[in-house]
Amino acid sequence: MPPSSTDYVRILPEIVLAVWGMAVMFAEPLLGPHTSRKGLGVFAALGCLLALGATVFQAQPAYAGFGFYNMLRVDHFSVFFHCVVILVALSTTLMSLDYLPAHKIDKGEYYALILLGAVGMCLMSSAVELVLIFIALEISSIASYILAGFRRHSAESTESAMKYFLLGSFATAFFLYGVALLFGATGSTNVFRIAEVLNTSAHIEPLAYIAVALIFTGLGFKVACAPFHIWTPDVYEGAPSPVVAFMSTAPKAAAFAVLIRLVIDTASPNWFWVIWVAAVLSMSVGNLGAILQSNIKRMLAYSSIAHAGYLMVAFASASNRELGISAAMFYSAAYAAMNVGAFAVISHMAGSHERFSSIDDYAGLGRRSPALAAALTFFLLSLIGIPITGGFFAKFYVFSAALRTHLIWLTLIGLVNSGMGSYYYLRVIVKMYMNEPRTTAPVPPVRLGVGLAIAISLIATLWLGVWPNAILHYTQGAPTILAGK
Amino acid sequence: MYNHILSIILFTPLVGAFVLLCIPGSNKTAIRWTANFFGFLGFAVSLPLVSWFWAVKSLPGFKFMEGAPNSWIPTIGAGYYLGIDGISFLLIMLTTFLGAISILSSWSAIDNRVKEYYAWFLVLQTGMLGVFMSLDFFLFFVFWEAMLVPMYLLIGIWGGPRRVYASIKFFLYTLFGSVFMLLAIIFLYFFHHAQTGVFTFSILELYKTAPLLPAVYGPTAAVLLFLAFFVGFAIKVPMFPFHTWLPDAHVEAPTAGSVILAGVLLKMGTYGLIRFSLPLFPAVVHYPRLRLAMVTLSIIGILYGALVSLVQKDMKKLVAYSSVSHLGFCTLGIFTLNTLGLQGSVLQQINHGISTGALFLIVGILYERRHTREIAEYGGIGTVMPVYATIALIMFLSSMGLPLLNGFVGEFAILQATFLARPVWAAWAVPGVILAAAYLLWLYQRVFFGKVENPKNAALPDLTPRELATLLPLVALAFWIGLYPRPFFAILDQPSKEIVEMVEHPKTYNAAQPLKAAQVAQSAVESTPEAVR
Repeated sequence: MPPSSTDYVRILPEIVLAVWGMAVMFAEPLLGPHTSRKGLGVFAALGCLLALGATVFQAQPAYAGFGFYNMLRVDHFSVFFHCVVILVALSTTLMSLDYLPAHKIDKGEYYALILLGAVGMCLMSSAVELVLIFIALEISSIASYILAGFRRHSAESTESAMKYFLLGSFATAFFLYGVALLFGATGSTNVFRIAEVLNTSAHIEPLAYIAVALIFTGLGFKVACAPFHIWTPDVYEGAPSPVVAFMSTAPKAAAFAVLIRLVIDTASPNWFWVIWVAAVLSMSVGNLGAILQSNIKRMLAYSSIAHAGYLMVAFASASNRELGISAAMFYSAAYAAMNVGAFAVISHMAGSHERFSSIDDYAGLGRRSPALAAALTFFLLSLIGIPITGGFFAKFYVFSAALRTHLIWLTLIGLVNSGMGSYYYLRVIVKMYMNEPRTTAPVPPVRLGVGLAIAISLIATLWLGVWPNAILHYTQGAPTILAGK
Repeated sequence: MYNHILSIILFTPLVGAFVLLCIPGSNKTAIRWTANFFGFLGFAVSLPLVSWFWAVKSLPGFKFMEGAPNSWIPTIGAGYYLGIDGISFLLIMLTTFLGAISILSSWSAIDNRVKEYYAWFLVLQTGMLGVFMSLDFFLFFVFWEAMLVPMYLLIGIWGGPRRVYASIKFFLYTLFGSVFMLLAIIFLYFFHHAQTGVFTFSILELYKTAPLLPAVYGPTAAVLLFLAFFVGFAIKVPMFPFHTWLPDAHVEAPTAGSVILAGVLLKMGTYGLIRFSLPLFPAVVHYPRLRLAMVTLSIIGILYGALVSLVQKDMKKLVAYSSVSHLGFCTLGIFTLNTLGLQGSVLQQINHGISTGALFLIVGILYERRHTREIAEYGGIGTVMPVYATIALIMFLSSMGLPLLNGFVGEFAILQATFLARPVWAAWAVPGVILAAAYLLWLYQRVFFGKVENPKNAALPDLTPRELATLLPLVALAFWIGLYPRPFFAILDQPSKEIVEMVEHPKTYNAAQPLKAAQVAQSAVESTPEAVR
């Protein structure tokens, strides 16, 4: 039986993104070597908008459900992560419009890679078939490897891509191995079927435990949670700033989506303590590591490890499905909004060859460019978790989910960590407002692209902090549907 | 307007901040006028509340309620829910009043990034007012945390030489305190749900279930939760031994920042103790050892703060440490757990806002002229600036608690209440009054009396009309409360009675069937996730 038209609607966002990505690839060689690629970027941004529209269209109840022979499923959960990924891709594209020419890497492939990477990440959130999940993971990973090395004239960027690629492919191999073992243990590659076997059979094969551990290792690498975090600072430091904005949020959100579907939703055996330990380690390693950094990108890399830890807290409390899973979803959205915003400012400030990425370069930014400084301050406050920002509400929600499931120690450790973490974010704010500028050179004016990217992140962060009700309502609908029996 | 008076008071400063942002930063005069306009407007819109509140002061419960529980984020049960009683009413009036005065006092002291300064100041006003008005724990916490940022920036950007250190210390201390408070708030929220099946952050609802805690989870858990709140509030007050951020923050903050910090911010801690710690944990505050610990900390604060004030060489630091001592009286009054003690405590909070606010202004005026706060640099100022010296004398006397001035009334009420509760405690606290006289009079003597020995002091100009305008209202208030405190006690009578009633006879949902507690404990165990078990 050939796929029905409803099936195609269920992958409509992916189709749009893929078609647009390939169109960019085709157009690239037709443009002369000295022509600006800005047009392609705008075209790609348009593709993202269309894909967003497709997601909204897909979100109608009529299209919810399994598609393509039970390979993927459209539900609240997938729609939510589609929106996060696509918005991140859109913001990244916008902030790259002027970044690329400034760094003399103005190539069309860049936009194509972002779009194609987004295809993989979107698929990751809707796939319910292990093999499809693996393929989606590979699509998104390979795009990010190349993007990390896009500043190819710079040794750091190449190093970053190399490290990311080597360790990343290693991690993917772990994941694949886990998939194979899980198939061996349960006789199926379908997530729901696996869940059924694991939940109902009296005797669980030891193989299943190993499989879950391997899968967790592979995904743990993607979300940069300790102890699989070692690559993060080096890769983030070397990669182009807009790419860091992209790969510190979108693939992470997608990998979290897979983690939720696979590890938590199938109620896989013994995940609780694994996640508990990973959460504590990530929060502590991330926050302690960040305090010592002098490069803002490295600092935010460690901060992203810490935030993966907070998200793990939400996972650990997923025994209360409604709260735990919706807290995790909310957190990944809030983190995406604030982190993309912070990196948008950083990529604007970076200057040619990313010269200005030390925290000291932000000295006196409050005077040199009040608007940029205010925006960055807002994002940093959100990362600390100060009210009326999305970061506050996300943290609040995660920790209340943890307390609800009686994880008092984990909550305490998390809260102490989040207090500790405020120190290094504050350091940047101190630099911007309370220190004298190093140079008197004016900050380059904010162009439309990066300005839009900052505006989108600002609005999203503020919205999630002040009127979280609609999103909360939506995310709380997800877990019940997720079980979907 | 009557129905929305609280929202109007709350958001007027915020509107002012946004208006300021629209004025070009180079036009400092326009910015100053606008900021002062909104500072004054903030006070003016709160004035109608005085007569309206007076009319309903003896009605029970909260008044001027606005919004509804669960109206803001219904999914989790947080609401935009405001309301005041006599205690919050007085603190709100103090906030708008001191806010207007502080903004006026900054006219010439702040010359750097004027626009941001005033904008943050106005945002701070909204944050503090929100804390005193919230009837929803989530909303309360949002204001409580959000006002950290403007204060942090006020100290960090416009402060003295060690401002960065002081501001970060202030921020981290308070953040750590509130983190534990957040934990306790969420715990109470789920506890309420376990008891009633309803998710809500409404404080009025939580009042009805929180007292059941010791019965369900045992005294230890209840004490731990009490302490989680206590740490948050004690850091803010600050009570000994959580006070170490205060001298730094006070000394480094700009004058207006110190006025607001001492006058209003510290009161958020004592307000929290009264509004939350007592009614939510009625059984816990009665535990003799815990209560003794609280009283001991208060008394140590009183004596230690006073003794440290005696040896200060920096005027501002002296006033800062005197705050620790004065706030010790306030917390002592709270833990007497009787009506008079609560009334005295709140009145003393208001008094402290007036006198210490004035003292900081007085120090600031001298600092603006000489750019030093070393006591040894001065002497004989009384002959050079007679008007200034007179006003300073009045406020010094008010701060040390001389009869006919405001400080006396509050301290007397507190000491009387303490004596009623336990005479020994009063005996320990009384030396604080004497020490206060010692350090303040000695300071006055060194600065104002004698001959002008330092030639730099010879030609200091006396108060300008603007400076006079900032100080005179405070002097008037000091006399008013000192001579005729009855209206204040009348306003505080009803809420104090209510809080004492809640502490002595908590009205809970299940008061009739306390046995239900055991079932709840059982179901709590059942709902523990398997993995945890």
